Amino acid sequence: MEHFLEQVLNGLQLGLMYALIALGYTMVYGVVQLINFAHGDVFMVGAFLGYFGFAVWGLPLPVAILTAMVTCALLGVIIERVAYRPLRYAPKIAALISAIGVSLFLEYFSSLKFVFGPNYRVVPRPFPEVHWEIAGLSVTNIQVIVFVVVLLMLILLQLLIYRTKTGMAMRTVAVDHNAARLMGVNVDTTISITFAIGSAFAALGGVLYAIAYPQIHPFMGIMPGLKAFTAAVLGGIGIIPGAVLGALIMGQIETLTSAYISSQLRDAIAFAILILVLLFRPTGLLGRTETEKV
Amino acid sequence: MILEVKDLEVYYGSIRALQGISFYVQKGEIVTLIGANGAGKSTTLRTISGLLTPRRGEIFFQGQKITRMPAHQIVRMGISHVPEGRQIFPNLTVMENLLMGAYTRRNRSEIQESLEEVLNRFPRLRERAKQLAGTLSGGEQQMLAMGRGLMSKPTLLILDEPSMGLSPLLVEEIFEIIKSINQQGTTVLLVEQNAFMALQVAHRAYVLETGRIVLSGMSAEVQANPQIRSAYLGEVEA
Ligand SMILES: Nc1ncnc2c1ncn2[C@@H]1O[C@H](COP(=O)(O)OP(=O)(O)OP(=O)(O)O)[C@@H](O)[C@H]1O
Ligand SMILES: [Mg+2]
Repeated sequence: MEHFLEQVLNGLQLGLMYALIALGYTMVYGVVQLINFAHGDVFMVGAFLGYFGFAVWGLPLPVAILTAMVTCALLGVIIERVAYRPLRYAPKIAALISAIGVSLFLEYFSSLKFVFGPNYRVVPRPFPEVHWEIAGLSVTNIQVIVFVVVLLMLILLQLLIYRTKTGMAMRTVAVDHNAARLMGVNVDTTISITFAIGSAFAALGGVLYAIAYPQIHPFMGIMPGLKAFTAAVLGGIGIIPGAVLGALIMGQIETLTSAYISSQLRDAIAFAILILVLLFRPTGLLGRTETEKV
Repeated sequence: MILEVKDLEVYYGSIRALQGISFYVQKGEIVTLIGANGAGKSTTLRTISGLLTPRRGEIFFQGQKITRMPAHQIVRMGISHVPEGRQIFPNLTVMENLLMGAYTRRNRSEIQESLEEVLNRFPRLRERAKQLAGTLSGGEQQMLAMGRGLMSKPTLLILDEPSMGLSPLLVEEIFEIIKSINQQGTTVLLVEQNAFMALQVAHRAYVLETGRIVLSGMSAEVQANPQIRSAYLGEVEA
């Protein structure tokens, strides 16, 4: 039983990190109806910048994290400006191809020797790992940090979206760009802000991921990116609580499958569940099949 | 002159939807654009509010050129466009929709004042303030759209088919409200399928046919025109 609960805790940690990435997919989808396939690579860049920050440049961890977040926010804004905005009102397939292009570019550009380099890097622990025994359960300080940080970010995001003018603008842009414009909303700026927030979250996820699973490389964003995308779809793409719910489920499925079935089947089962859910609920767990009012 | 439109030509791809139209609106007026489906009424309004860019022609608002100005800046100039089909935000509450109407304004107490005015004008909205706008009935949604349009305290209110899909009783009510908004000092540019009602409230009218203005004048004159009577007012020519 303790073993099971510990696995659940591990799954929670993984799920929370997926949630940070999944939020970016779902927020961006909300405002531009586009799957930003480069999002997983922004996560990778975040992981590298965090690593360089605290392990190479000797920055204090919070500063390293903030640097990664701000830089990736900027990267996200540039990606949107260069690769997506010119295609915004073109057929969706054009933006999709552009997104795949950006993704490959980030992966191979990062692999260059003078950028991050093609090799795996081992991430030294920015602080010693501590195990606590709580009610017979072994809990690590990393788990606690991930839990607290992600929870804090989720609360901040919730406040931003439901309590600020910017958040209200984001919610109107998600409905209809022109209707939002008629209210005086600068749609371009709002979309940029959405990309910035989503990318900063991915960067934070990247740094936490590198601390928890201390090995990084330029292609490390692909799998977590796909899983987080799956999580977003599972919860209902475009729906923020859905992304978190989907990510938590993904984290549990993955961890419990590895622990009790087979770690080789982990990904296969995770994606099989996605397919099943979509067969029975194409709009995702929290998605509504809305009938538009005329 | 509050609004002046000169030789406006607008294309959708290679389709010329407006073939060079000119008209004006004076301060304090209700001016109506009437015409059949596809005549170009909504296109005209969307071009004025900046959602569409004309290929040729100019638009002046209070003497200032606003042609090619982005839509979100045109709102700040004092033009509020209540679009066809209402376009309320179904995922926002009624209150949030109204506050979105005041998005360009900063002074909280003034916004609060406008909010009170709008809620007094549309008491139904007050009862439903916390409800998601998507759950409102068609008539309530139209009131919300108009209320939201008023929240920016516009100099010129543009209404695109406010009576669409409403019961006769509600249509009467909406037109009464338009009249009273106008009497309290807001200039109105009104597009309507319901030409009969529009000509009742408007001071002047323009008749649009396939992207051209084919007739204009005081509402009474337009209403008396035999062709208009048969084409838009449902009367058979004697
Ligand atoms: N997005 C669009 N793409 C291509 N053509 C369009 C588009 N919107 C309108 N049109 C065309 O432009 C012409 C004018 O349309 P518009 O919507 O301005 O007409 P309207 O007078 O408002 O009609 P209605 O009374 O039906 O609302 C029509 O022929 C229409 O088919
Ligand atoms: Mg129309």
